[in-house]
Amino acid sequence: MISISSYVIVAAVLFGIGTLGVLISRNIIILFMSLELMLNAASLAIIAFSRELNVIDGHVFVFLILAVAAAEAAVGLAMVITLFRNKETLNIDRFNLMKW
Amino acid sequence: MFATFYPILFLFILAGIIAGVFVFLSIFFGYRTKLGRKGDPYECGLKPQGTTKDPVPIKFYLVAILFILFDIEVVFLYPWAVISRKLGLFGFTEMIVFVIILLVGYFYVLGRGALKWE
Amino acid sequence: MDLTSASINFSIIYPEISLLIAAALILVSVFHKSANRIAPYIALIGIVVSIAMIFKQWGHQESGFFGMITCDSFGVTFKLIFDVTALLSLLIAHRYMISKGINRPEFYALLLISTMGMMVMANTTDLIVIFLGLEIMSVPLYVMAGFAKRSLWSSEAGIKYFIMGAFASSFLLMGIAFIYGASSTTDLRRIVADFHFIMSNSPAYMLTGMALILVGFGFKIGAVPFHSWVPDVYEGAPTPVTAFFSVGPKAAGIAALLRIFIFGFANVMMLSTVFWVLAVLTMSVGNILALKQNNIKRLLAYSSIAHAGYILVALTVGGNDAISAAIFYLVAYIMFNLGAFAVVTLMETRSGCKSDFSELVGLAKVHPYLAAVLTLFMFALAGFPPTAGFFGKFYIFSAAIKSGYIWLAVIGMLNSFLSVYYYLRVVKTSYFDSSDKSFIPVKYSLSIIIVLVITVIGTLGIGLFPQQFLNWSQSALFAFL
Repeated sequence: MISISSYVIVAAVLFGIGTLGVLISRNIIILFMSLELMLNAASLAIIAFSRELNVIDGHVFVFLILAVAAAEAAVGLAMVITLFRNKETLNIDRFNLMKW
Repeated sequence: MFATFYPILFLFILAGIIAGVFVFLSIFFGYRTKLGRKGDPYECGLKPQGTTKDPVPIKFYLVAILFILFDIEVVFLYPWAVISRKLGLFGFTEMIVFVIILLVGYFYVLGRGALKWE
Repeated sequence: MDLTSASINFSIIYPEISLLIAAALILVSVFHKSANRIAPYIALIGIVVSIAMIFKQWGHQESGFFGMITCDSFGVTFKLIFDVTALLSLLIAHRYMISKGINRPEFYALLLISTMGMMVMANTTDLIVIFLGLEIMSVPLYVMAGFAKRSLWSSEAGIKYFIMGAFASSFLLMGIAFIYGASSTTDLRRIVADFHFIMSNSPAYMLTGMALILVGFGFKIGAVPFHSWVPDVYEGAPTPVTAFFSVGPKAAGIAALLRIFIFGFANVMMLSTVFWVLAVLTMSVGNILALKQNNIKRLLAYSSIAHAGYILVALTVGGNDAISAAIFYLVAYIMFNLGAFAVVTLMETRSGCKSDFSELVGLAKVHPYLAAVLTLFMFALAGFPPTAGFFGKFYIFSAAIKSGYIWLAVIGMLNSFLSVYYYLRVVKTSYFDSSDKSFIPVKYSLSIIIVLVITVIGTLGIGLFPQQFLNWSQSALFAFL
């Protein structure tokens, strides 16, 4: 029997990997994958809690989160395409027009 | 006890028949050509030979992005389908409204010409 | 389960529905040749109908969708705030979009959908619906920031906003997951009812969840240390979009923060310390970094960080007085900040202008009225009497002193003295500086004039009759606390 804490630890580790990926990766596509990983870590936690607590709500939340993640991915990829047309690169260090 | 699986067997048979009919019909009515891209081993619009760094036409990305959206939205149909009897007319109208909202998006995509390949 | 339309109670989301229908009409209208011209009018009608629906809801206390949407005077007040913001931003945007060649119907649909998301966010006590509202608000905002897709600045602003926004949403969602795990519900009312039990049962999950939610909203309202995206996005995005950014999402974030942390988790002592630190950091860093800016949009970006700090002071203090002061301040801030952005937009409609300080030189000679209006807004932002800005700050700081947060009030006042310097720099540049370049005259348009008239009346009106507006914002809290 795997206890709830194992799932939470996995979710937290995935979330941490995603956060780290967003912070240190220099390629926008990898950055997007890290963002999706963070959302999915949250989904995993919600599903695990939902199973543990025997409350079905969590499953519905995950459906909603999936739709949100898809919308975000679509908008993000569309923006990457426009940016790539303007700049011909995906390295985020090159997006430095504005600095303080 | 196998009686409960008869519907699935029926589904398999139906699927086989439909697929067979389509293959059969295309032999009779299909327009056949042996020219151009048709003969390529991988005929999805990409050049089979050359470097891998060739940029892919933007149309592929556009279709992929639109596919993500419309594909994922279908996820809401599953929970509704499971309890659609219980929800009755109300659930049905709600689902119609949902599909209409999706259709607005589809019409917008059509109106902007995002699905035109040429 | 009772599934009649009475238990769903559709009437509480009529304002949202009217915005959605208008947005859908705009999207379908792209088949028509003159979609560009009719889209703003459809949007205008949608917003006006929505405002009318809001007035019908005034004073009602209802809930629907099985408790997932509530319609109380707090939420209705915020609905009105969002609609007014959307209306003014629409009027600011119209001429600008035409002059920059990006007047596409999508912009107006995105504006409406984003406003709808804000309304959803402010009108629920359910964490997952707050998250959904936040996403409905944010996703169109990402596109709006990158709307001028040929412009490098705009697309860079869009991608930066997208990355930071999605990052923040993930934190918020993870926080909600932990709260859900601790309390087996996402409804704040049920969490409040069992708060002590939940807190003693699984304090680690609750505290982690709260911290993650706070980080998520900190990003959204641009609180220091989560503010790094604000200046870049504000500078790069098309100016009317920046105007919308600087008030709409901020007000929605504040509304959700009030619901979650003042209504939901009010009994956690540690939170007021966290908010104290956040408020002080946000005010100070915003004001200090604003001092050396040479771009008006960037200056207004840092100033909006500082103003978020003043509102966080009210959140730190909590209690009826402070929260009604926060709502008062938000309404006042919308008036003078949108007014200031209307002037900046008007200046930027001239070709080749990037809102640099040097472009202001000579404004007072060529357009004395416009310069006077800009001065009024700058005075209001700095908090001079008798403008709305003075009374907003006055009520917040006096509430802080009454509740014993003397130091917080002192730091806040020192900060607003500091801010006088850079706001007056704008005034000084437009009145007293001279340069060899001649000032290119601006072209007024009817919509901008309407915006300027409304915002001037708002700024002065709230400043001259502050007590009436305070009573109004207190009535918003009826049945909230």
